[in-house]
Amino acid sequence: MSVDNAVTQPTTSIAAGCATCPMYNGAQLTRLGINMTDWDFVVALAGNPNTGKSTVFNALTGLRQHTGNWPGKTVVRAEGGFLYGDKRYKLVDLPGTYSLLSTSVDEEVARDFILFGQPTVTVVIVDATRLERNLNLALQVLEITDRVVIGLNLMDEAKRHGLQVDDRRLARDLGAPVVPMAARQGEGVQALLKAIHEVATGACAPRPRRINHRDPQLESAVAQLVRQIEFAFPGLPNARWVALRLLDGDESIERAVRDGTLGQLTQTVAPQPAPTIHLELEAVN
Amino acid sequence: MAINTDQLLDSARRLRAEVGDNIHDRLTASIYAEAEQIASRAVTQSGQRSRFDFDRTLDRILTSKTWGFPAMFVLLMGVFWLTIAGANIPSQMLSTLLLDWGYAWLHQLAATLNAPAWLSGLLIDGVYMATAWVIAVMLPPMAIFFPLFTLLEDFGYLPRVAFNLDRLFHRAGAHGKQALTMVMGYGCNAAGVVATRIIESPRERLIAIITNNFSICNGRWPTLILMGTIFIGAAAPPFLASFVAAGSVVAVALLGVVVTLLVSAFLSRTWLKGETSTFSLELPPYRPPRVWQTIYTSIIDRTLIVLWRAITMAAPAGAVIWLSSNIYIGDMSIAGRMVSLLNPLGLLIGLNGVILFAYIVAIPANEIVVPTILMLTMTVGTHITGAQPGVMLELDDAQIHTILTQVGGWTLLTAMNLMLFSLLHNPCSTTILTIWNETKNRKWTAVATLLPLGLAFTVTFITASVARLLGWV
Repeated sequence: MSVDNAVTQPTTSIAAGCATCPMYNGAQLTRLGINMTDWDFVVALAGNPNTGKSTVFNALTGLRQHTGNWPGKTVVRAEGGFLYGDKRYKLVDLPGTYSLLSTSVDEEVARDFILFGQPTVTVVIVDATRLERNLNLALQVLEITDRVVIGLNLMDEAKRHGLQVDDRRLARDLGAPVVPMAARQGEGVQALLKAIHEVATGACAPRPRRINHRDPQLESAVAQLVRQIEFAFPGLPNARWVALRLLDGDESIERAVRDGTLGQLTQTVAPQPAPTIHLELEAVN
Repeated sequence: MAINTDQLLDSARRLRAEVGDNIHDRLTASIYAEAEQIASRAVTQSGQRSRFDFDRTLDRILTSKTWGFPAMFVLLMGVFWLTIAGANIPSQMLSTLLLDWGYAWLHQLAATLNAPAWLSGLLIDGVYMATAWVIAVMLPPMAIFFPLFTLLEDFGYLPRVAFNLDRLFHRAGAHGKQALTMVMGYGCNAAGVVATRIIESPRERLIAIITNNFSICNGRWPTLILMGTIFIGAAAPPFLASFVAAGSVVAVALLGVVVTLLVSAFLSRTWLKGETSTFSLELPPYRPPRVWQTIYTSIIDRTLIVLWRAITMAAPAGAVIWLSSNIYIGDMSIAGRMVSLLNPLGLLIGLNGVILFAYIVAIPANEIVVPTILMLTMTVGTHITGAQPGVMLELDDAQIHTILTQVGGWTLLTAMNLMLFSLLHNPCSTTILTIWNETKNRKWTAVATLLPLGLAFTVTFITASVARLLGWV
């Protein structure tokens, strides 16, 4: 796909007026589909099952990955690209999970990508109608990485259910940008892009809230372990999270410590190109 | 570095013992507490809860113990009835266009170009015919079936199916999520096998992988719909024909669910014994489907992709069929020899040699079974049955019926057993490869391939024997 012909041309006079308005940034988005050979930033898309990740993915990349109204539809990760401003982004749609603590394959795929894939930005799509349960995952992602944008999706459904969700309050409590969205209607997609761009370029640096475990014994054990981890892997961005995983006896993190995979996270390496794109399989079903 | 990491893991182990053994629960509890606190500050509830009530009322019917299964049956019937009744006319138009006019025109073209007979035979009678048949037979039902199925999916009905089936799967010693992977298999078994990744326990995942084959995939729906229409439906009075046809397809699909449960129960009591895991299934809200977008994407993403796959498989298969029926060893073509070799076995299970040979040719893709059967019946079937070789190209349903009964010697039993064989037989090569990729285990890949095949032969042998004993054939 050539970059030029993918830009939507405004046709009406109102649209033309909008395009010149500084608030309008739609023209900055070019959907690249699966054409993403060189990229400046990698964006991971995480969230609970059935919150609209694939809808957001399709809206940003222009791909038509099949979206279904049922949890667990995406079990392999799908990748696509888009151009925003002058930066090329690779977007990775992760399997929907409720948590990153458990051991099923889909949770491990999601966790490993956020941790070892080192995406520039991780977008967590949360369901505004089921905020409490969705925040479990968002809080866990915020433990792993600072560079998070929260997409507060399904705001239209929340409204129909008579729920008011205060996105500013949420942003303050989480310490990360929160974008209210109704992705099925295309609402909030532009604001999400802007937030992703700001976090990716460093214009916005989230300072996420860390979970306080309110458990002196546990916290002192974590503190001890964090000191040792920082000694063994100077510069590791999420020593506290690794300490918690090791205390929990997480075998895959123990393995990563032993074989040096974790050590690689201390250097700022360019993200590895993903080996294959699994879109074909998903498209058939 | 190495010393550091060992020390680190040691002290983690030591600290874990000091803190106590319920760390995981404590961590989870504090995450939940935090999430609850933040959510309660951000969300306020106002107004009535009318939408929740609508969902709840609908769920009370669709997932009720009494009405859940009847509702499922009615919805499936509706989908297949619309497919069968709606596909009839476009199917006939496509046959006229591609098989009657297109075929004659291509032969005329070949004649004016003075193309050698073997070349026009290979390309027109082989490659073109197989491809045209695939399009004529598959496109109309798929263009109706997939959008309808996708609309149900978009609406949020599929998790309700899983919910209804969960109790049964639990009783069969399998994971409730297997109902979801089974539903996924109704699109494509390879995708269904990949979807079993959502099942944590390796034991239950293997059961789900092995039994996914009994979810009828894209490639097999057309076979069932065609058999249901031209044999089962045609046996009923005309005004009931499309209902009976739809009913027979639904019956085979439901039989697939029964077989899935029986095989799961068998596996979980023999080779794959173990505990049944519990899990929580979220029933998503019903969402009004976006009709036009769904129709557009399901035609582009499903119908055309599946059709394209069928065409790319049919073209070489057409060449193979033409070559094997035109290369002679002694006084008989290769296909003729294969078919006569397989014929006794085929007849024993109520099928025939042509059908079994077609299933061998169609190992890469189930989509091409029916076109292969038709081509083989018209080229080599005549040698077996002794009927006149007929060049009948304009194929509507009645004519397919005539070819199969008069040239191929088919009966109602042949059609029924073909439907059963189609449901039960081994997965296609893509799925087998996917099973190998997911399990990396030769034994289980072999089990997942041969167990269904054995079951297909056993069941069709039993129905054929019963039919013979009762004097039906």
